[in-house]
Parts: sequence; C-alpha cells; structure tokens
Amino acid sequence: MNLTLRIWRQKGPEDKGRMVTYPVDDVSPDMSFLEMLDVLNERLILAGDDPVAFDHDCREGICGMCGLMINGDAHGPQRGTTACQLHMRQFKDGETIDIEPWRASAFPVVKDLVVNRSAFDRIIAAGGYVTAPTGSAPEAHSTPVAKANADAAFESAACIGCGACVAACPNGSGMLFTAAKLTQLSLLPQGQPERYTRVIGMVDAHDEAGFGGCTNAGECTPACPKGIPLNTIGRLNRDYLAATAKGANNTPGS
Amino acid sequence: MELFTEGDPIADTKAPAGPVEKRWETRRFEAKLVNPANRRKMTVIVVGTGLAGGSAAATLAEQGYHVKSYCYQDSPRRAHSIAAQGGINAAKNYRNDGDSVHRLFYDTVKGGDFRSRESNVHRLAEVSVNIIDQCVAQGVPFAREYGGLLDTRSFGGAQVQRTFYARGQTGQQLLLGAYQALERQIGLGNVEMNARHEMLELVLVDGRARGIVVRDLVTGEISTEMADAVVLASGGYGNVFYLSTNAKGCNVTATWRAHRKGAYFANPCYTQIHPTCIPVSGDHQSKLTLMSESLRNDGRVWVPKTKGDDRSPKDIGEDERDYYLERIYPSFGNLVPRDIASRAAKNVCDEGRGVGPTKLGVYLDFADAIGRLGRKAIEAKYGNLFEMYERITGEDPYEVPMRIYPAVHYTMGGLWVDYDLQSNIPGLFVIGEANFSDHGANRLGASALMQGLADGYFVLPTTIANYLASGPLEKVDASHPAAVEARTDVEDRVQRLLAVDGDRTVDSFHRELGQIMWEHCGMERSEAGLRKAIDEIRALREQFWQRVKVSGTGEELNQSLEKAGRVADFFELAELMCIDALHREESCGGHFRAEHQTPDGEAQRDDDRFAYVAAWEFTADGGPSVLHKEDLKFEYVHPTQRSYK
Ligand SMILES: Cc1cc2nc3c(=O)[nH]c(=O)nc-3n(C[C@H](O)[C@H](O)[C@H](O)COP(=O)(O)OP(=O)(O)OC[C@H]3O[C@@H](n4cnc5c(N)ncnc54)[C@H](O)[C@@H]3O)c2cc1C
Ligand code: SF4
Ligand code: FES
Repeated sequence: MNLTLRIWRQKGPEDKGRMVTYPVDDVSPDMSFLEMLDVLNERLILAGDDPVAFDHDCREGICGMCGLMINGDAHGPQRGTTACQLHMRQFKDGETIDIEPWRASAFPVVKDLVVNRSAFDRIIAAGGYVTAPTGSAPEAHSTPVAKANADAAFESAACIGCGACVAACPNGSGMLFTAAKLTQLSLLPQGQPERYTRVIGMVDAHDEAGFGGCTNAGECTPACPKGIPLNTIGRLNRDYLAATAKGANNTPGS
Repeated sequence: MELFTEGDPIADTKAPAGPVEKRWETRRFEAKLVNPANRRKMTVIVVGTGLAGGSAAATLAEQGYHVKSYCYQDSPRRAHSIAAQGGINAAKNYRNDGDSVHRLFYDTVKGGDFRSRESNVHRLAEVSVNIIDQCVAQGVPFAREYGGLLDTRSFGGAQVQRTFYARGQTGQQLLLGAYQALERQIGLGNVEMNARHEMLELVLVDGRARGIVVRDLVTGEISTEMADAVVLASGGYGNVFYLSTNAKGCNVTATWRAHRKGAYFANPCYTQIHPTCIPVSGDHQSKLTLMSESLRNDGRVWVPKTKGDDRSPKDIGEDERDYYLERIYPSFGNLVPRDIASRAAKNVCDEGRGVGPTKLGVYLDFADAIGRLGRKAIEAKYGNLFEMYERITGEDPYEVPMRIYPAVHYTMGGLWVDYDLQSNIPGLFVIGEANFSDHGANRLGASALMQGLADGYFVLPTTIANYLASGPLEKVDASHPAAVEARTDVEDRVQRLLAVDGDRTVDSFHRELGQIMWEHCGMERSEAGLRKAIDEIRALREQFWQRVKVSGTGEELNQSLEKAGRVADFFELAELMCIDALHREESCGGHFRAEHQTPDGEAQRDDDRFAYVAAWEFTADGGPSVLHKEDLKFEYVHPTQRSYK
C-alpha cells in the first residue's frame, strides 16, 4: 500500500506546531499502525531529519501508553482497539491519514504526538485506591463477593488510562476515566469504607487538573478501547451527590 | 584469548540454617529493625514500578521510609507487568486438590530443572498465600465463582489448580493494585515519583550502592540522586533478542550498569521461550504477542501428520492430525512446561510439519472445547485474547484454529542476589525479574507475578531493614567525587553515541543482534554456534560504534538516543549470555545444548559438573569475565530427570 501521512510536528511545549506531509510507500496490510510509523522514522533518521516522537510500550493494547488521533478518531477507526493494535488492513491503498496528538487542556503536548497525562495519576493519588497497607489484609476468602459484582468491577477495572476518552470529549473531560475507577471500587466490599471520601477526592482532583466538565456528550465510550460504559458516570454522579449530602470531607482514608 | 576465568566460589548465600520451612521465620526474627523515628531520615531509591518495584516502593513508604521511585514510562502504571495475562500462583489449596506450600515449592524446584535455591523457593511458596490476601484487600477484581469465592485454574507444570486470575488481564489488575497503593503514598508525600526518567549509572561510595545517575527523558537533563540504599526492579532483558513478548522499552541498562560496577550477573543464558505466541508476519515485525498459556487448558496443539500438508486445517481429518504433546507427554499433555512445549513445536516445524505462510507455526485448536463447553464459556474465559488474536492476524479463532509459535518471553537470569535479595554490592538490592533467584533454568507459568509481589511486598521490606539498621551511613550528596564521576561518565557516553553520526539506524543493529541471538542462543544451542555468535556479536558491536546514526541532541526528548543506549548495553550482555551458554556443557530447562540430550531428545542435565549458579563478574571492556560458582544443594527435592510423560 502507498499512503500519505499528515502528521502533527511540534518541537516542544513552546513551539506552535504544524501538520507536515510525508508519503510512505510499501506499507504491508499486516503491519500495525505503529510499525508503519517505525518505517517512516527509520527513513527520517537516515535522511538526517528528526523522527516523529510518539509514545508506546507494550504494543498489545494494555499499557495505555500509545494514543493518537487518527483522522480525527481517538485510536483510529476500529472500535475497541488501541493505536498499537490497529493494523494497516483497516486502511485503503492511496489513502491520506491525519495523525495528531491528544488535544485537551489537561494533557499539554510534550513533543510531536507525545502528551503529558500525569493529571490521571493525580486523580488516582487523590483517592483511587483502597487503603490496605501491606500485611494488614484478612484471609482472602473471609469476604465473598457476588460474581456479578466481581465481574462488573472487573469491566470497569479494565481501563488502561490511555486518555482517549478525554481526547474524544468536546469538553476535554476526564469523567469516564475517573468513573471507571470509582465504579470498580464501589462495587466491591473492600471499597465501601472510603466510598464517599474517594469520590469527592477524585472529582476534586479531576477538576483541579484542568479537565472539562461532563455534559453527557457521550463521545467517550465509543472512543474507549476497553468499552468502559457511560453508565459508570451515572454511578459517579449518584455517589458524588450522596457524598456531598453526607458532608463527607475529602481527607483520604477518613 | 580466553573467554573467561574462574574465581572464588560463593561461599555464603546468607540463608539461615535449619529446616527449610523454618528459614524465613528465622530470618525475619533475626533481621534487625529500624526504629520508626529513624525511617523518615532514610531514603531508598527504587528503580522500576512494575509488580516488584511498585509493591516495594509502596510498602517501604508505608513503613515510613522516604522513597524515590523511577520509571521510563510516562506513568508508573504502565510498567511491563501490566501485560501479564494468565495468572498468579498461590498455595491456597482452595480446591482441596492436594496443593500445599510444600507442593508449590516442589513443583517450582522441579520446574526450574533443579537449578534454583531451595531456601528461596520455599520462602516464595510460603509468602504466596499472603499475596492473594493482600491483593483482594486492595480491591483487585479476581475471577470468582458463583458462590462469591475466588476461582482458580491450572497452568503448565502443575497438576493442581492454584492459579488465580482476572480474565486475561491478571498482570494489569495486580499492577494497578500496587500502583494505587503507590499513588496513595505519592499523594501523602512519602514517595517522590520520577516518571520518564531512565537510570543510566549506579553510584558507589566506599563500596556501597549510594545512588544512581538518571536522565530526564523529557528535558534530557542528567542528574545524580543519592540514597541510603538502591533497589533495582527494572525487569527482564528478553529484548536482547529484538523480537520478544516484552514491551518495546524493556531493557538491561539498569542491571547491566550495576554489573559493570561490580554486581555479579547470574545465569544470563537462562531465557524462557514461550510456546504460544502469534507467529512473525514479516520484516516489519516490531514485537511478538503472547497468547496466554492458560489457553492450553482448553486448546489442543497439533500439526498435520504428513510433511508439507498445505490443506486448510478444517480439511485435515482427525486421523491425519498429530496432537504431538498429548502423544509424547500423556500425563501432562498440552500442559507440559514451557521449555518442553516450545522445543516440541520447534521439532515438528524442523521436520517440515509446520503450518501457516512461513511454516513456523503449529495449531492451537479450540474446536473440542467449544463443542464441549459452548462458545459462551470459551468467550467468558478467553474473550479478550481471542479478540486480540483476530485484530493482529485478521483470522477468527472461534472458526479457524489459532496459529502459534515460540517466542522469547522471560529471562530467568539476572543480577545475583543472596537470600536477602542483596547483590554482592552492599546496599544494592535486586527484585522481580531483574534478579536471578527463584526460577532456576525454567520458570513455571504464573510464577513471575508471584515472585515480583513476594519480593516487593514481603521479602525486601524485611531484609532491607536489616541492612539499613546497620546505619546511619555517612551523608553524601551529588557533589561527592564518586557521584560527579558517574555523572560525567554518563554525559560522555551520551555524547559518544550522538557523535558517531553514521549510516545505520539503531533498530537495524538491534534487529541483526536479535537474529544472531535467536539463531545461536535461542531454543537450541551448540558449541560451534555459540562460538560463531560471539565472533559475530563482537564484530557487529564494533560496527555499531562506528556506524550508528542517532538523530537530534541530548537536551530534548530523543527516542532514538534512548534506544541507542539500551542497544549498546544489549551488545555487551549478548556476549556474556553466549559465554555462559557455552560454558554450561549440559542442558537444563530453557538452556538446551544440542550436544547434551537424552536418547529421546529431552534435556540432559549434568548434576555432577553443573549443579551451580554461574555468577559472572565484570573485569574490563573486552577483558574476560570471572566465573564465581554458587553450589546448589538439594536437601528436600531430590534431583531427577524431569519427566512429564
Ligand atoms: C506478555 C507477557 C505475559 C506474561 N504473563 C504472565 C503471567 O500470566 N503470569 C506470570 O506470573 N508472569 C507473566 N509474565 C511475566 C511477568 O509479567 C514479568 O516477569 C513481571 O511482570 C516482571 O515484573 P517486574 O516488576 O520485575 O518488572 P517490570 O514490570 O518489567 O517493570 C520494570 C520497571 O522498571 C522500569 N525500568 C526499566 N529499566 C529502567 C531504567 N533503566 N531506568 C528507569 N526505570 C527502568 C520500567 O519503567 C518499569 O517500571 C508475562 C510476561 C509477558 C511479557
Ligand atoms: S476510560 Fe477508556 S478511553 Fe478513558 S482512559 Fe480508560 S481505557 Fe482509555
Ligand atoms: S503501546 Fe501499550 S496500549 Fe498501545
């Protein structure tokens, strides 16, 4: 296949950035999208140009490190698929493909297609855990968990923290990510003691990090490679209301 | 020139004496404690945020130490442990199927082909039960039965069901548990987290590990970080083969730099080739994808009985198929350990019976299981793996059997550590896949997650306290001459890599190195092949330093520079792996020497000559490494020829 790529190039946070066009020939349909970018980068390096910086690590859809806007879609056209798992057989010979970084005020661009997602870590640090210091745990079978709850908790826990939901959202909201973690922990008995302080802590951290508010635009779930359902946000809202009604403070662990 | 020389044997591994089941208790009792008020004044550096490093950093911070944590990814949650699929072993015996701490201990020593330390393995089996409790308390959503209790399944090399799992994403869920505990400590100000930082050198002061040199991968700034002790949890080095199931960034740099500073590297040639990976599809291939071993619970492995049979699998009748694992190993069948399954696949492909476009593949067929249990049940167990397979290959494994082939997956070798997980450099501790300690010559499935968390949550926090309690150490900072020298070395090296400005990319060298290693130091090794490989590696390494082209500068985010540094270290490691493989004139576990096999083609150990750990000491660039032997004694599990027939 022969393709034309239009890629966002930006030297650093201060640079304005622009789209640059690169033809790429001899693309195999069996290549992954990132392998196709590898081919381009090899060529750029040998030509003495700066290769395109993009984040990636596992290349199997689980670490959440990769993230590209491909023709305006977060992670590209195939549903339930990260950019690293997207294969070139999803594209047509001769196609022009636009590749851009996540765009959201909470995710500033570091270079080219690389953005800073540390805001997600701060949300987790503000309550996305169960306080269970090592050594303090009771015997695992002392608390059974109904299978349906365990399964539903797992579904939400499958979030890879990639940020596609934020990139897809017209408001740049990180609510789906936040709600996924909250849902997982609120469905499990272990998560109950901190349930209400957790939701306040995490939502506050979300807002402080510069994410936009959720207006139920519903763009996040279709973009999410792990299919985190929209109703997790409903759960978040209910817990948040209940928490504010209770007057829970946001001291984690209290 | 001699390839290596032999030095003094390692006399003491610091394991307490007495019955094996009492040793850990004894060690815990004898270990010195650090007064809680003093812990706050002590800093521990932890390199790596995988299961081992993440759990260690969180636990040390909970105990009151000041922790500085590092990873090269943009978030600690992305460490390569996240990719582990199948499960984690623990001797809970919830199935009442005859499991026990002793059986897990036994299976692990046997699975490692009698090349691991009994004391360490026993401790691992003991601690395994606490890990599950800890993870459940953190809210890890393990698979459960309808009664609400935890579900388990079987994995290779075991006849009991002791593997706990969270669908095909066990590593992810366990890592997120550790990551969340770590983030809690970051939020509380007890851990200083440095993501997108790469360790490039170890700093020794008066013979003790006192710090590291790191490069900020965003700004390129090189700095020195000092501490009272350094913990390396930097994972395995499978990427020396270029193609492996490891994440692209996995590297040996942290441990190799420590090795160059004096830390022994043990059993570098012990690599695990995993039998069930998606075969290579072309030259563009940048990594290989694992299909979890758990699939062998329900999938049946086969190839056509006749050579060169090109028909589609559905046209090949039952009587024309060779379910070779079931045929050769009737008692373990498709669940033989990994080394055995991999070599069997290689053998049938070498015979010309491989399948798929490259003929380097065998079928993993779910038709029977789907018939027996229904598609829904299979979907519930393996849905995400089946989807992943389809995305990569464009084939639907519910309809057509999967094609699989062995790929490099895990490295049992690593820095040598004593019973306390301390290397021969005082104050340098090594945990998780980065050390060599528990898996001998072959790791059993679902045991790496167990080891990483055992080390990080339970073992290291106890043993490092014993070291720190001997302090306080003299205060040192980044202006100490040893620290300045280490930083200057790193700066020089970065400049040297940039200065070559040649005509070949880093990846092209890495790929070629990987081919040499796969060919000669992969599933089957021979004296002639290894000698050839050593020559080829040396020649290619010389080329690398003359012809590599690294773009950009050192003062920016520069991924080609990051790769170049890692590949330069892989070149040095590759040579040591081949020397280790050459010197070990026996076959054991994942190390299969063509010259040493039983009449029916199984690994032939030589316990009289090789029942030891080979711990290598670095001397000088180009100089021969020094071999230190740690003799292995088997008091509880008597070495036998492993049989899974
Ligand atoms: C695809 C796959 C599936 C697997 N499935 C299973 C399974 O089902 N069960 C099982 O038991 N095992 C499994 N394993 C093995 C297991 O996942 C690993 O052995 C284990 O997770 C390693 O954990 P770790 O903490 O030692 O290292 P890692 O998780 O690899 O973490 C390494 C850390 O070190 C950091 N690091 C590395 N180098 C540097 C440096 N120079 N400077 C700074 N930071 C650095 C990284 O950023 C990372 O944070 C699997 C492995 C793979 C590849
Ligand atoms: S919710 Fe989905 S899109 Fe958002 S970070 Fe998690 S996995 Fe990515
Ligand atoms: S590189 Fe890990 S999810 Fe894409």
